[in-house]
Amino acid sequence: MDQPVRELSYAQALQEAMAQAMEADDRVFLMGEDIGIYGGAFGVTGDLVERFGAERVIDTPIAELGSAGVAVGAALCGSRPVLEFQFSDFATLAMEQIVNQAAKIRYMLGGAVSVPLVMRFPAGSGTGAAAQHSQSLEAWFAHVPGLKVVQPSTPEDAKGLLLSAIDDPDPVMLFEHKLLYKTKGPVPPEPYRTPIGKALIRRTGRDLTIVATAIMVHRALEAAAILAADGIDAEVIDLRSLRPLDRDTLVDSVSRTTRLLCVYEGVRTLGIGAEISALIAESEAFDRLDAPIGRLGGAECPLPYNPELERAAVPQVPDIVDKARALVRGTV
Amino acid sequence: MTLPAAAIETRTNRPAIYDRLSAAELREALRRMHLIRQFEEGAEQAYMRGLIHGTMHLSIGQEASAVGVCAALKPQDKITSTHRGHGHCIGKGADPARMFAEFFGKEDGYCRGRGGSMHIADVAQGNLGANGIVGGGLPIAVGAALAMRQQKRTDVVACFFGDGASNEGAFHEALNMAALWKLGVVFVCENNQYGMSTSTERSMSVSNVADRAAGYNIPARIVDGNSFADVADAAFEAVDRARAGGGPSLVECKTYRIRGHSRSDRNRYRTRDEIEAWSARDPITRFEAELLELGILSGGDVRALREAVDAEIAAGIAFAQNSPPPQVAELLRDVHSD
Repeated sequence: MDQPVRELSYAQALQEAMAQAMEADDRVFLMGEDIGIYGGAFGVTGDLVERFGAERVIDTPIAELGSAGVAVGAALCGSRPVLEFQFSDFATLAMEQIVNQAAKIRYMLGGAVSVPLVMRFPAGSGTGAAAQHSQSLEAWFAHVPGLKVVQPSTPEDAKGLLLSAIDDPDPVMLFEHKLLYKTKGPVPPEPYRTPIGKALIRRTGRDLTIVATAIMVHRALEAAAILAADGIDAEVIDLRSLRPLDRDTLVDSVSRTTRLLCVYEGVRTLGIGAEISALIAESEAFDRLDAPIGRLGGAECPLPYNPELERAAVPQVPDIVDKARALVRGTV
Repeated sequence: MTLPAAAIETRTNRPAIYDRLSAAELREALRRMHLIRQFEEGAEQAYMRGLIHGTMHLSIGQEASAVGVCAALKPQDKITSTHRGHGHCIGKGADPARMFAEFFGKEDGYCRGRGGSMHIADVAQGNLGANGIVGGGLPIAVGAALAMRQQKRTDVVACFFGDGASNEGAFHEALNMAALWKLGVVFVCENNQYGMSTSTERSMSVSNVADRAAGYNIPARIVDGNSFADVADAAFEAVDRARAGGGPSLVECKTYRIRGHSRSDRNRYRTRDEIEAWSARDPITRFEAELLELGILSGGDVRALREAVDAEIAAGIAFAQNSPPPQVAELLRDVHSD
């Protein structure tokens, strides 16, 4: 009598979100490089051009700055663009329109307009694509007032956060992890929204809070299972939103566990872990801390091509286990 | 530098555009040109008296391109503007009192005092905003035109930019996409011959910005940017083409800014002779003389029009001075919509 739980891949979940948004609202359209007949560099848009036509699934020239500006202009005039970047690294070509225009126009114009657009960024390493196709730049965007930045780790949140982003009246940057595209998980078939600005406790624990983003959530959960066999009970928080940050969930968790480890793929220095660490240090949780705050992030180098070097450049499960153990056992 | 006369269309007879526009519309165009000039002179004086802070970029001498283009637009048409955008804003119908309020940083300003001169906008009248980034408005204009098509509207987007912006990548990406998708954009280059201190000779590999349009299969015209009639004639042709679904056009208005780039400019890169030669080609003086000569306006009409503009400017400055300032408690308002 039980319905089998429907599973989708992370990429399929994103595609379903876009299809449901376009079915529900004529104003929504997609644009990006090779998102039409090719189906997107990572297959996320798939056959949407056949379902919705080339007027609503627009292949752009290789022109990231111009495309970002087109999305801004269309959003200003009542359309709801969802712009796919082929790789998040290519956002560097479009920073002017994202940072100076999309993020600021509402404020500069005294609230007279809003810029309801979504930009989707395939991010992260692990594909052997080397230094210009593997970065995790999400913290750059989280530094800019006017932008919202989300980073789903599961198919369910990929769909829910993308639908929330499309509904949102302001620009939302959605960072997708390339290694997660093929991972599967339960996804409710109907349209639903995952709130922007809310972290999720994926595993409760008493000894340590691990705050992780994107694929690091999965590595942190794996590490937590290993730590459990060791008698260490780790809580794992999936941050989900970098801006706005869910301060309450973070402070509450660290107040209970008394230890914090931040795990993220972006370069460690000045990454999202620095902000979370500062937030905890400035909060009522500071007095409860029983160990220094720990951070694991990307190495201080461009991402290398060689697979062994590439793995060494971002946190892996054993790194998380070792760091967590040291924090709990007071050997930091 | 002299005006490259050979490249510019010249005319001998009564401009056809004076038959397309009614006497009332021509009078309104002249009024708006005076309004722009008086507005900017008023703003300049207020700045020198310490009433306005920050900086501003004056378009004195360039009024014909702003008003000539806007004369070809309907109220629902859109424009994107530049850092030198006061003329575009008034050309599209903005209220100088609310513009002064913005310059004074007041709550009644178009941007509630958050934007200032460089971000002045009047969305209700179709002005999507000035832009502090050279070339920033070009792709935005293309996106606005895409939205018009998606919404099955025939509204046209006029995109003002300068000669300097045509050296930015955004210009080239925007023109390519507008042409590729046949969107209703009129690219209006106000070529005032300098990007800050750097002349077009020292910054452009071609003689005219219009030459670049050929690379994108976009029809282009070069006009005397100090002639209202010449600008309006080219603008109507381009706007008609855009509204009929014929795609984008480029109009290059050869003009000159009489004032410096901004308040810090010491004019070390150009000669007094050059500035005086261009001052003698003043677009307002020329347009007014033509309307008088053709009998469209009388001397009395012109006097009355000027007096009305003077009064409107004085009232606008008083309105701005009396407008309340924003509350510091509202510093974070409008970062987001919620």
